[in-house]
Parts: sequence; structure tokens; C-alpha cells
Amino acid sequence: MKRPYFLLHLAKDLRLEWRSKDAINSMLFFALLVVVIFSLAFDPTRAVSRQIAGPILCVAILFAAVSALNQAWARELRSSVLDAHRMTPAPAASLFLGKVIANFIFVSAVELLLAPLFAIFYNLHPLGNVWLMLLAVPAGTWAILVNGTFFAALSIRSRNRELLLPLILFPIFMPALLGMALATSAILSGETDPAWWIEMLFGYDVIFTTVGMLMFDLVLHAED
Amino acid sequence: MKALRWIWLVLTLAVLANGFRVAMYVVPIDRDQGEISRILYYHVPSWCGMAVFFALNLVCSLVYLALRNRNQAGALKADALAVASAEMGVVYCLIGMTTGSLWGRAAWGIWWTWDARLTTTLVLWLIYVAYLLVRRFVTGPEMRTLAAVVAVFGYLDVPIVYMSTRWWRTQHPAPVFFGGPNSGVDPSMLPALWWNMAGWIMWGIFICSLRYTAEYRHQQAEKHAAQEALERV
Repeated sequence: MKRPYFLLHLAKDLRLEWRSKDAINSMLFFALLVVVIFSLAFDPTRAVSRQIAGPILCVAILFAAVSALNQAWARELRSSVLDAHRMTPAPAASLFLGKVIANFIFVSAVELLLAPLFAIFYNLHPLGNVWLMLLAVPAGTWAILVNGTFFAALSIRSRNRELLLPLILFPIFMPALLGMALATSAILSGETDPAWWIEMLFGYDVIFTTVGMLMFDLVLHAED
Repeated sequence: MKALRWIWLVLTLAVLANGFRVAMYVVPIDRDQGEISRILYYHVPSWCGMAVFFALNLVCSLVYLALRNRNQAGALKADALAVASAEMGVVYCLIGMTTGSLWGRAAWGIWWTWDARLTTTLVLWLIYVAYLLVRRFVTGPEMRTLAAVVAVFGYLDVPIVYMSTRWWRTQHPAPVFFGGPNSGVDPSMLPALWWNMAGWIMWGIFICSLRYTAEYRHQQAEKHAAQEALERV
């Protein structure tokens, strides 16, 4: 039986990353640096760190993801792989979906590695239901990556592509950042109910995944 | 075309002058806020202008995407109108935020608060500035398609931003907050509002038409340059 196209794209991206480990290593170190820098700059007490640790984690992941997303498509430019993608009969949406899932796996791996370090550095003793983090953080991560992968493909054509991606991604991502930051700080501080924000994040994910898949063809074939 | 534009400009200036007269001298002052409330007649029209031009930008972007492979000339016109309306919308958004900030300083004692409306408009402004940057940074003919895609994403994001910031603020009620300007507009104030709204939208259409023509000529010049380069080869 033939595998769906997006699984082929996913397998290819995972294999490439397994061999090079470029994205995961750079993201991990970058996110670690952001966490350390914020920690030094704010010098938070335990009560304060419950409030700010969640948002700082979100911002660290956002910055790290942006640094890796720029590379995700630059890899396809070498040897004109992107032109080959344009000529394949596979729908553009499957290329997009494969790429998003691959990036999601990379960033999730970074988050899993970073989480214990983060808890130690910020001396965290969460008061809410920590298991909800397993819903809130992946939903927020998906929101970053679905938009980030889309806009990285879009800005790959520009003169200064490293600069353009965050310029488009950050404003569009703002509602999801709000949802992710508030959900994580609600979980860590245990003061409010994060359920509402997690639902909002899932809604955001559904909307932008749908639109991204529908419009990716336009981005891939923008020259025609 | 040129004569029409002159007539339009004269009409616009007349409407704006009358709007100023009605707003400053005819309608009564607000009972609670006094003279400062007259900024309403410039604040609200700029939001209406912004809404009109960003909606126009979305329509033009969709038209461009629909026509780009079938009717090149029509698509280019839609694209020229899209950039003109986006720039106009950004200007109105900036005017709205500036007048709002001045009003906020006088009425609430602060220049800015992270309330749902203010946050939404700021994010909206950022999104459309990003749209204009995409148009600048991406070179080649694919720029128009990519910009149109960004416009669709940006417009789609607006209701989500508004709802998320509203939920954010209902969870943490802001102390400095009073009902929006539309919650208590007295009928006696409406003439000033209508005149200024009409005047500023007419002004926007005038500037937008100038910008549209400039962009259209730029496109034609680009096309001719490409043609000449091909012929030389």
C-alpha cells in the first residue's frame, strides 16, 4: 500500500535531521541561552517565577523555533529541491503538513529536554495541574510551527529572509502567544483555570492549519 | 479623470470644513468630559476609514489571487488598489491610535492601556506594517501573490486577536476602563460625527486614488522595462 505523501515528506525530514541534528542542537542551545539570560536579568523569587516562567518558556520556544524554521526551507533550496517539489504530483498541502509535523517533533524534543532544566533554574513548584501542560504547550507549539512553517516558506524568496520571518510571524502569532502564556502561567500559579485558553489554542490551531493547508499551494507556486 | 479628481478634492475639502465647523461650534459639549470629547469626531472617523480600507485590501487581495492566472491586467489593478488601501488603512490606524492616546491621557490620565480594543488595533497595525514590509522585501513577480496571502492571513487574525484580548481582559478586569465611545453618543452629536466620517473617508479615497495611479504607473514602467530588456536580447 502506498503511504500518504505527507508521511513521505515527514520521513525525509526526520531522516535528514537524524543525520545532521542541526535544528535540534541549535534550538536547544538557543532556548537554553534565552532561559539563562531571562533568569539572570530578572533574578526572580519563587512567587514571581511562577508568574513569569510560563511566558518566558513560550518566548524562548518562539525564538528558538524561528531560528530553526529559517533553516527548514533553506535546506530545500540547495540543489533546487524546492523546484523538484513544485513538479511532483503530490499536493502542496502534504509537503506543508509533513514539514509542520517534522518541525513539531523537533521543537517538542527540545521542550522535553529543556523542561527539567527550566524547573531547576526557576526553582519551580507548580501549584496547578501540571499534566495540563501536556495539552497547553503542544497546542501552543503547533500554533507557532503551523504559522512559522508557512511564513518561512513565504519569506524564503525575500532578500533578507532571516529578518522577514519574525516580522510576519510575531504579529500573526500574538493571540496564540497570549493563550499559551496565560495557560502556562495559570497552570504554574494555580490561580485561574487554564481550560479556556487551551480551548482557544486548539481553535487557533484548527483555523490556521486549515488555512495554511489551503493556501500553501499559492505560496509554493507563487512564480507561476 | 484629472478634472474628476479636482472636483472630488474640492468636495472633500468642503465636507471636511463643514465637518470641522459642526464639530467645533455647532454640537454641544459633552456633559462629563467637556471640550476634550470633541476629539471623538476625529477619532471615530479614522477607525471607520481604517475598517473600510483594510476590508478593501482583503477584497483586492482575493481578487488578485482569483485573477492572477486568467486576467493579468485586471489582477495587476487589483494589486495596485490593495497596496494603496493597505497604506491608507495603516495611516488611519495610526491616526486613530494617536488621537485615542491623546484622549486617553485627558480622560483616563494615561497614554495607553492594554485593553482589548487598544491591543487589537495595535496588533492590527503591526500585521499590516508586516504586509507592507513583505511587499518591500520580496522581489520579483511572486511578491504580489505572497503579499495577498499575507493579507488574507492578517485579516483572518483580527477577530481572533480581538476575542483573545477580550477574554484576557474579562479575566483580569482593568481598573482604568470606561464604556466605549459608542456606548453613549447623544443624538445631538451625530451630525458632527457623520460629516467628519464622510469627509475623512472621502479624503482617504482621494489619497488612495493617487497612490493607486502611482502604483499602476510603476507596474506599467516595470512591464515596459522587462519588455525592452527582452527585445534587446
